[in-house]
Amino acid sequence: MSTILKVEALRVAIGALTPLSSVSFSLEKGETLGLVGESGSGKSLTAMAIMGLLPLIGGRITGGSVVFDGSDLTALPEPAYRKLRGGRIGLITQNPMTSLDPLKKVGSQIDVVARLHLGLDKSAARNRTVELLGELRIPEPASIYHLYPHQLSGGMKQRIVIAMALAADPDLLIADEPTTALDVTVQAQIIRLLSDLIRDRGLSMVLITHDMSVVAQACDKVVVMYAGTAVEYGTVAAIFDDPRHPYTKALIGCIPRGLAGAQRLKGIEGTVPSVAHYPQGCRFHPRCPRAEAICAAVSPPFIASRDGAAACHFAGAVG
Amino acid sequence: MNALAQSGVGRAFTTPLGLFSGGYILILLVVALTAPWITPFDVTIQDLANSNAAPGWPHLMGTDEFGRDVLSRVMYGARTSLSVSATAIGFSMIVGMALGAAAGYFGGLFERAVMTVVDLTWSFPDILIALMLVAIIGPGLSSTMFAIAVAYLAQFTRLTRAQIVQLKRETFIEATINLGATPAHILSRHLLPNAVAPVIVVGMLAIGDGIILEATLGFFGLGAQPPTPSWGAMMSSGTAQLFLAPWVIIFPGLVVAVTVIAINLFGDALIRALDIRERLRGT
Amino acid sequence: MIIKYTLQRLLMLIPVSLSISVVIFLVVHLLPGDPIDNLMRVGSSPEDRLAMTVKYGLDRTLVEQYLLWIRSILSGDFGEAIVLRRPVSALIWQNLPYSLTLGALAFAFSSIVGMIAGTVSAVAKNPVVEQVVKAFILLGSTVPSFWLALLMILLFSVTLGWFPVSGAKTWTALVLPVLTIGFGGIALVARVTRVALVEIARQDFVTLLHAKGLSRSTILFRHLLPHAFLPVVTILALRIGWILGGAVTVEFVFGRPGLGSLLIRALGQRDYPVVQGCLLMLALAVMLGTLIGDVAQAALDPRVREATT
Repeated sequence: MSTILKVEALRVAIGALTPLSSVSFSLEKGETLGLVGESGSGKSLTAMAIMGLLPLIGGRITGGSVVFDGSDLTALPEPAYRKLRGGRIGLITQNPMTSLDPLKKVGSQIDVVARLHLGLDKSAARNRTVELLGELRIPEPASIYHLYPHQLSGGMKQRIVIAMALAADPDLLIADEPTTALDVTVQAQIIRLLSDLIRDRGLSMVLITHDMSVVAQACDKVVVMYAGTAVEYGTVAAIFDDPRHPYTKALIGCIPRGLAGAQRLKGIEGTVPSVAHYPQGCRFHPRCPRAEAICAAVSPPFIASRDGAAACHFAGAVG
Repeated sequence: MNALAQSGVGRAFTTPLGLFSGGYILILLVVALTAPWITPFDVTIQDLANSNAAPGWPHLMGTDEFGRDVLSRVMYGARTSLSVSATAIGFSMIVGMALGAAAGYFGGLFERAVMTVVDLTWSFPDILIALMLVAIIGPGLSSTMFAIAVAYLAQFTRLTRAQIVQLKRETFIEATINLGATPAHILSRHLLPNAVAPVIVVGMLAIGDGIILEATLGFFGLGAQPPTPSWGAMMSSGTAQLFLAPWVIIFPGLVVAVTVIAINLFGDALIRALDIRERLRGT
Repeated sequence: MIIKYTLQRLLMLIPVSLSISVVIFLVVHLLPGDPIDNLMRVGSSPEDRLAMTVKYGLDRTLVEQYLLWIRSILSGDFGEAIVLRRPVSALIWQNLPYSLTLGALAFAFSSIVGMIAGTVSAVAKNPVVEQVVKAFILLGSTVPSFWLALLMILLFSVTLGWFPVSGAKTWTALVLPVLTIGFGGIALVARVTRVALVEIARQDFVTLLHAKGLSRSTILFRHLLPHAFLPVVTILALRIGWILGGAVTVEFVFGRPGLGSLLIRALGQRDYPVVQGCLLMLALAVMLGTLIGDVAQAALDPRVREATT
């Protein structure tokens, strides 16, 4: 297996603030990696950083590296980056309601990707789009092609967004909360669709979500993020069997288990601190049930465990 | 509410643009109020030996065809132009708020009737409405005021109605209605106080538009009648001397432009200070 | 689909036009002063006066006068100008081309330059450019148009001698009036374009356009500007009346023939039929403007098209 994406000690600044720091992970070809955390934890910022789109929101990378297929993207000039975006890395965004240009037919919005990156002409691109829509289990793709976004349901629109991301046969998908804005039943369909695509096309994917059950369903590896930094990473099996960071434990506690595990669903007390008010030491300590004096003073190093590591002073301790 | 508005007005002075524009407006107000006592020359005394004198000493802005000092007349004109516009807009604002509040509160046929008429006048250029009205009542300052008031009525009615309609949906108002409060009580105690800040800011901006309209009507010879100096009337009589004594037109127009710009800038600062940009949308 | 929509909108104009005609009729008849006074020579007999009153239908009830007026207007007859003693329709036809030319040129000029200025100020992340355009926008909406017209005459006609001072004999006489009306229009269009562009650029789908690898210029021209067109078209259509209103002042200052000059002259002479005719034409222009704006919006935006048909 070879590494398709390696993020190391990534640090992002917006103005004078540093909303993202010390995020590291690596993704092998064919794998799906889950980036998990509450909103405000820096997941989407990580996605924007990989896509090279930070300037859009006034941000920039101030440290670390993003290595895609062997080359460091942090130093990549814009024209070369444009070839990667849409061409080798596809992005799926959170809200399909606002992700499509309302004035253009959905078909042409997909076509443009293949025309731009694969050099197809108009009719070839159209055929390819219709074929792709069929592959995404869209009924009557040829007529959907001519519709405008407002004529489609949320789930359909999200399939169009997925089609845009796939249109140029990328190697890597970045899916930023692809199901959050959808109905529960549609959520499951989209997640299954994505998983199948990854398997069938040999794609790799970074799946951003706040939902641990989605991770359990679709991912091979997980990075848990909190307040702009990674707090634990590991394989899905390791994280679910033996979470080391109290925050990870709390997140897993949030998954409803149906009747079988009829214990009370636990929420996490408090809210994620804002960028301007990140606490000293371990950023989770104000909300942490295990916090001790050291947590407020020293920021914890990663302590390796089976198939992963956790940034908690007590990650080595049992229980 | 009052305290909020006051603190907002204070804050509007804290930006450089807000300070300059607000300062200019204050100075202009002082000049307008004290004009009869502080003008360097008498505004009506003619000095034919000195007619059409170019700007210099002692006539900083030159003199007109009758040798009257342009600077003094511009200062005195501030009195006329500001009071005409402010009175007219004040009147327009009160009537517009009443109409808009009633339309927004009671809805139904009354609202539709009011809004149909309002939308009709809204789509007509204000200068045309004003010209028509002045033609009906005859030229003069009072008909100018009336024309300005009517021309901007639609704006205040629309804005107030929009505010009231929005406020009516808020829970605390619904609760008050359900408790059986009378419409007069709800309107005067709850709705209008909450709707008043944006209307006042728009009113202030409209004073600028009113000054332009007054100047335009005056320019057509339909506003202030000689020898009363108003900015518009000065420019009207100046057209005959356009090539001989352009300063008679340039300076009053310049003061109109600068004043309106200052009012706009200060209005902007006020909008920012009161944080009501959102509420002014869509009107 | 667009044709059907247009026809629907045209049908809806009928009741609106009727109510506008009533308003105009009433307003004009509230004008004090008896136009017959203007016609009578000193010493004419009461019988002459009566004959005149009957001739112009001023002895009938208001309702009768209104119905007669509407009937004749529908047959293209706007009545006879009382003071100018010519058919009103002839006066309107004679003046209309001047106003149309001026209006159309000013409209085109201000929309093109305004959109460019607005786009430049929104896209150039350069604070100096932004401030200059902003200042220009502020000037354009605050400087009285008649004063600007006078300054233009002073500078370009008197001092530089580039253009004629007044009249409408040569095409060069159009330049200054178009610039004067356009100045305010540019400011308006630039402001709307700027606000629209800044707002659209913040939307999610723009992020995704970047993520597809499209270049900044493709995104601007193919996706952002079409969105900015929507509010600009609406505002421009609504402002057709305002451009005509601006034309009133500007025609007067430049001594150009046109509906505006005709209206002002007729107002001064209390010439009812001419005032009615001019107001009706201006109202028609305002309504057509709104119609064009709505149709253009439907043509540009599939959502509007769907919601209204």
